Amino acid sequence: MADCVVSVAEFRAGNFRRVSFEVASEARKVADALNVPLYGIAVGAGVGDKAKELGWYGVDKVFVADDPALEHYVPELYVPVIASIIERWNPAAVLLPASVDGKDLSARLAARLQTGLAQDCIQVVCDGGAVKAKRPIFAGKCLAWCEWAQGALPMISCRPNVMDCKDADATRQADVEKVAVDLPEARSKVLGVELDTTGKVELTEAEIIVSGGRGMKAAENFVILEQLAKELGAAVGASRAAVDAGWRPHSDQVGQTGKVVNPNLYIAVGISGAIQHLAGMGSSKYIVAVNKDPEAPIFTKADYGIVEDLFKFIPAFTEEVRKLKSTC
Amino acid sequence: MNIVVLLKQTPDTESVIRIAPDGQSIVTQDLKWIINPYDEFAVEAALRLKEKHGGTVTIVSWGPQRVVESIRTALAMGADKGVLLDDDTLDGGDSLGVARALAAVVQALQPDIVLCGSRAVDYDLAQRGPMVAELLGWPHLGLAVSLDSDGSSVTIERPIEGGKVTMHASLPALVTMGGSHAVWNPRYASLPGIMKAKKKPLEMKKLGDYGLSAEECGAPAAKIRMVSLEMPPERKPGRIIDDGLDTEGKAAALVKALHEEAKVI
Ligand SMILES: Cc1cc2nc3c(=O)[nH]c(=O)nc-3n(C[C@H](O)[C@H](O)[C@H](O)COP(=O)(O)OP(=O)(O)OC[C@H]3O[C@@H](n4cnc5c(N)ncnc54)[C@H](O)[C@@H]3O)c2cc1C
Ligand SMILES: Cc1cc2nc3c(=O)[nH]c(=O)nc-3n(C[C@H](O)[C@H](O)[C@H](O)COP(=O)(O)OP(=O)(O)OC[C@H]3O[C@@H](n4cnc5c(N)ncnc54)[C@H](O)[C@@H]3O)c2cc1C
Repeated sequence: MADCVVSVAEFRAGNFRRVSFEVASEARKVADALNVPLYGIAVGAGVGDKAKELGWYGVDKVFVADDPALEHYVPELYVPVIASIIERWNPAAVLLPASVDGKDLSARLAARLQTGLAQDCIQVVCDGGAVKAKRPIFAGKCLAWCEWAQGALPMISCRPNVMDCKDADATRQADVEKVAVDLPEARSKVLGVELDTTGKVELTEAEIIVSGGRGMKAAENFVILEQLAKELGAAVGASRAAVDAGWRPHSDQVGQTGKVVNPNLYIAVGISGAIQHLAGMGSSKYIVAVNKDPEAPIFTKADYGIVEDLFKFIPAFTEEVRKLKSTC
Repeated sequence: MNIVVLLKQTPDTESVIRIAPDGQSIVTQDLKWIINPYDEFAVEAALRLKEKHGGTVTIVSWGPQRVVESIRTALAMGADKGVLLDDDTLDGGDSLGVARALAAVVQALQPDIVLCGSRAVDYDLAQRGPMVAELLGWPHLGLAVSLDSDGSSVTIERPIEGGKVTMHASLPALVTMGGSHAVWNPRYASLPGIMKAKKKPLEMKKLGDYGLSAEECGAPAAKIRMVSLEMPPERKPGRIIDDGLDTEGKAAALVKALHEEAKVI
């Protein structure tokens, strides 16, 4: 009989990443449906001091692997450490973040645990005791429900920004158990980490995104999108055309061969709406399109369309946003 | 340097995806097939390694005979030989099952380095690479946007949320490719390349050639399966903000709509 549900947290530079709390919140629902406790796994350097925070989001007991050697994600180290904790139990499901490191970890961990992984899920349900998960395929053109074979451990990585996150309840206490870390020999290591300290909002976690395409015409013109983004507290994205032209770094590319994003608001500026671009932003809650061509396909996906020259419209819009922000 | 690229053929990214009457699979008959874009990046990176260190690039794929065309394309780009595991008893296998088969093919080739996509643009599982590495007991470095090797080790850069990590591994190792077309700029096959590719060796293999069977890799071994497919909800039709307004008027109307109706700003 299953004796728990497990949620794995992601810890970086001294803090849990928000997706860890989303995963814990979702795992709590599964644990409640199956009437078993929720165990958390927290791995990192100095993670022990923060472990109790997982309790605020529904974890009953946190297993902590705290070691300076675990400061950065190295699959060869993280996978055996996490697997050895999971193997103490007979979980009904293991939920993990589908972040950059989380997806990589989940895949290797599934091979170690010899089970099936549903990657990047957007919904998890318990159907008469059986866990099912829904995930986008073909870049969101289709959705697939996954089920596990009898006796197989369901592993589910959860797409960031999609699952509901509970409000933190700081009165909720979790037990914390330190685990003796038995580090294996590794042939790989992290040589360096550069974190952006300019306060730039990460695309996959942004609430609002302003993206520019070929219509921006030149790298320097993105200044007007950056000004708008600043007023909105938004991240700036780009189409492949803008990235291929060298106007923006590849890490800004949204789409089938770029990032898949789920903001509340996506503002597409000078972007035509090619199928590969729509694949990356089509599940945004609200979409605004600014394009001078009324026939541009992006308008078929937009909640609000503006047919205008972007070089005239964006400064005017930025000004109106500024006015709004100064009154509230 | 003995380099292996794991290559998957996927439907063209322009494809319209329709669910088949069984509700569990997609209609494949009118699809156009391409090399998974991330695997094309892997071919490019492999050819650059070969240019620097010499050696051979072997393309490995599981799939039906239609995949021959994609392997020939990679050979025309400059790869040296191909191995196609054309065995339909693998159908219905899950990621782990297919990874077992791919790991066996890799093992037989004894490469120094394996390059593969970080994800395939069809089912987007993003798992084969790390799984193959785990099964081989090798290190893997994921989502490379740069790759360099001194012949005995490999160094990559990988983008993470809000930053970049540099990782290093001794060989043999597996690297999964991230980045985009702008990063890797995969070369096109030249006409002489296409002519030469026709004569390059391409072996057809079965699971049995590696001492494996469907029991270990195919449907009977699958731990996870797709039970049903559905189309995503249609977006509600939107509206064009016009009403004969001038630019400033439209800007004000859009702010009002986003603030009062959508409540997102
Ligand atoms: C394998 C593969 C993978 C791909 N992956 C991606 C991906 O991940 N992401 C991605 O985005 N694309 C991707 N693409 C490319 C995609 O097919 C399109 O080519 C690309 O999205 C077009 O970018 P765009 O909309 O910026 O440019 P265009 O299609 O050229 O559109 C520019 C738009 O700007 C408008 N415009 C021009 N000037 C102005 C102005 N002054 N004011 C207002 N509007 C103006 C035009 O009317 C036009 O609609 C991929 C393609 C392939 C084959
Ligand atoms: C609708 C549907 C949904 C599915 N969802 C799941 C699921 O959630 N979990 C699951 O375990 N199985 C799932 N399956 C099972 C499925 O049959 C295979 O796992 C899937 O076709 C392969 O996944 P992928 O290509 O997206 O792999 P990825 O892991 O995304 O591929 C990564 C890299 O591995 C290499 N690679 C992948 N396939 C091959 C190949 N055939 N030959 C050579 N190299 C290759 C390539 O380098 C590729 O870039 C699903 C099947 C269907 C029909």
